Amino acid sequence: MSASNPLTDEQLAANFADITPPLTNDAALLEANKCLFCHDAPCTIACPTHIDVPAFIKKIATGNLRGSARVILDANPFGHSCARACPVEVLCEGACVLNDRDEQPIKIALLQRHATDYVLEKKLRLFEPGRRTGKRVAIVGAGPAGLACARDLRRFGHDVTVFEAKDQPGGLNTYGIAEYKLKADLALAEVQDILELGVELKTGETIASLDNLLADYDAVFVGIGLGSTKRLGIPGEDLPGVVDALTFIEHLKTHPYRETPVGRQVVVIGAGNTAIDAVTQAKRLGAAAATIVYRRSEADMPCYHYEYELAKRDGCGFRFNAAPQRIIGNGAVAGIEVRTPGGTETIPCDMVIVAIGQGERTELAWPKDDPRVFVGGDCANGGAEIVNAAAEGIEAAKRIDAMLTGGDAM
Amino acid sequence: MADLRTNFAGIESPNPFWLASGPPTNTYGQVAKAFDQGWGGAVWKTIGEPIINVFSRYGSVDLGANRMMGFNNIELISDRPIAGNLKEIAEVKRNYPKHAVIASLMVESKQKAWHEIVKQTEDTGADGIELNFGCPHGMSERGMGSAVGQVPDYTCQIVGWVKEVATIPVIVKLTPNVTDITYIARAAVKGGADALSLINTINSIVGVDLTTFEPQPSVAGKSSHGGYCGPAVKPIALHLVSAVAGDAAVKIPISGIGGIATWRDAAEFIALGAGTLQVCTAVMHYGFRIVEDLTDGLSNWMDDRGHRTLADVRGRALPRVAKWEDLDLNYHLLAHIDQDKCIKCELCWTACEDGAHQAIRRLPRDNGGPVVEIIEEACVGCNLCAAVCPVQECITMRKVPNDYAPVTWKEYAAGKGKLAPRSEQFHTATWSPSAKH
Repeated sequence: MSASNPLTDEQLAANFADITPPLTNDAALLEANKCLFCHDAPCTIACPTHIDVPAFIKKIATGNLRGSARVILDANPFGHSCARACPVEVLCEGACVLNDRDEQPIKIALLQRHATDYVLEKKLRLFEPGRRTGKRVAIVGAGPAGLACARDLRRFGHDVTVFEAKDQPGGLNTYGIAEYKLKADLALAEVQDILELGVELKTGETIASLDNLLADYDAVFVGIGLGSTKRLGIPGEDLPGVVDALTFIEHLKTHPYRETPVGRQVVVIGAGNTAIDAVTQAKRLGAAAATIVYRRSEADMPCYHYEYELAKRDGCGFRFNAAPQRIIGNGAVAGIEVRTPGGTETIPCDMVIVAIGQGERTELAWPKDDPRVFVGGDCANGGAEIVNAAAEGIEAAKRIDAMLTGGDAM
Repeated sequence: MADLRTNFAGIESPNPFWLASGPPTNTYGQVAKAFDQGWGGAVWKTIGEPIINVFSRYGSVDLGANRMMGFNNIELISDRPIAGNLKEIAEVKRNYPKHAVIASLMVESKQKAWHEIVKQTEDTGADGIELNFGCPHGMSERGMGSAVGQVPDYTCQIVGWVKEVATIPVIVKLTPNVTDITYIARAAVKGGADALSLINTINSIVGVDLTTFEPQPSVAGKSSHGGYCGPAVKPIALHLVSAVAGDAAVKIPISGIGGIATWRDAAEFIALGAGTLQVCTAVMHYGFRIVEDLTDGLSNWMDDRGHRTLADVRGRALPRVAKWEDLDLNYHLLAHIDQDKCIKCELCWTACEDGAHQAIRRLPRDNGGPVVEIIEEACVGCNLCAAVCPVQECITMRKVPNDYAPVTWKEYAAGKGKLAPRSEQFHTATWSPSAKH
């Protein structure tokens, strides 16, 4: 691996700039007016948080951006990051009825960004905490699930303390989304809006057991996400130059771009969405070649199709039906040996990024049968999108509120 | 190739498309350029004793992201000296002898003043005179424009004064800001008018600035009502043109004005009786170049439909403009949804349910089949669902045959004829706040 990055600061900044620039006011008005304002809209149905999409778009069309953002953020506290990182092609935009008129769907994500950027820019406070109930809820994990839960619990009037093992809140929003989609400062600003409702945040606190929390709080929500990237289980995995995808991306997102080491010839093992994030960002960091090596076929790739297209546009390579056997190198990565239908072959490379999925978190076990313990996000669903985590956090907040106040979870 | 040549009250032009009196016809340069680009005629910006305009003059109404759906102005008549205008009119006419050049006039309501301006105008060689009795703002406060055109006696009298000296055709431009335009039209005919043009602009305030509360267009914080025009006013103009064209006491040529922006608009005006078309706002929006498609589109449509001349089209829709009491009550329609074309937006359902007759049923979205269907016994064939449907030809209105002879309200009220049975279900809407709609 080369020590110094071959790109200039300007090239790096351009490579990691927003992949989809925001709409101008004129473009937003034009786009908003294309929306048909469907009844019982398929886009809303498709959204796990059921944002009333036609309603927020109509408000953009009338120039009511504050009202528009409120519709979005009321349903989904992570409306800012979802506008940038949601797989809308398979959710709201994929469900848009205009697809059935053989047209491009409404640019829902960009319109959502247009409205939510407005309130961020104007520093508008859209929500207030509810009347204090005196009930106390502990939340483990300050990712989208936990913070979505915290936001709505505060609106219900409960006291909330969030425990986060890392230095910064936001979970994968802060540390793990491809830089060209979502930057950490935006993720943190979004979190700040939630914290300002009076959420107590304790970072750098790893919770190893719920016993103390269950003694001190009326309910506990667990949203601790998944564990670290799974190991390949092949020789050479511990050579310098082998890194797991989450570590690579986290380093990139928390340091000046050129401080993240990148090889000249990078191989990414795996073909999920994280693998795509890793291979595109390796390329954008200046790798001469960045190649996905995948043991199965093109059709088997678990990543979204549009992510595959993006990686191809970025000039990344793909090797299908190539099962890694061992990583070769003497003190540093020199290549990877793969088994292919045509026999064993060695792909030369000086960096290997492993992206074959995260394992479960093993640090914390929680009682499955305690009615005061609730769970949501990746640790509950096995790993999904921000919007799923947010939806589960919101749903849990309703159930916790119902339990604490003796009401019905609507 | 259709023949678009026009003879309007004796005024000839290569096609029926004239620039209406307004900002686009203010100067020689504009009119000459327009003729070079294909316009058939031009009515010069109204000439009179030069006025002084305010700076902020136009206000616009957007529809969604579309600009200038409606437009208004508080601009007055020409602010240039009469002599200069007349000199340029003469020059245009000299250089474009085959095009129609019309002088629009407005002077104070004195016989001598009108005699003088008419004589001066005739010296230019202009093909005709249009009397501006329609301008609804500013000039009306000075006893001119619509102040004349709103009083039949004034209209008749001033047309009479003009006709005392005029040897070229006189067109009277009517204001829509009256209760019944046919009274004014008849007064113009009585005064001796050779033709009518309508409509002039409609009194309006286009909007209010919600930061400053200034009505628009704002002049140092205040505004005045202005003349409304543009695509928004076309239906009003079509109605008034048909009312005048269909009036047995009028029977003189009509130049149609009001929101004309496309050849389709033009064809509709012609079908309702217009002999020429005058265009202003669309030119202010897109420039003189629009005349290319105005003529090309009209010509192609006429070719496709087998109409050889404009006379073949003129007034063809007029016999079909009827009184409500003469409409057939036994003509029944039913909405039909082409489920293959339906994109499942449910706009028809919500419109019918909340805004009309509760004649569409929603079906569950989850079965992959249709999500809406017509409740035939409740449908009154009102057209609303077809109007809101975003897919062309998806919802169509189909005639429901019956064995009953047509019967009008007039006949039915007089005890004649039989109504075909109706199965309309009225007031079927149910609503409970807890129901998920």
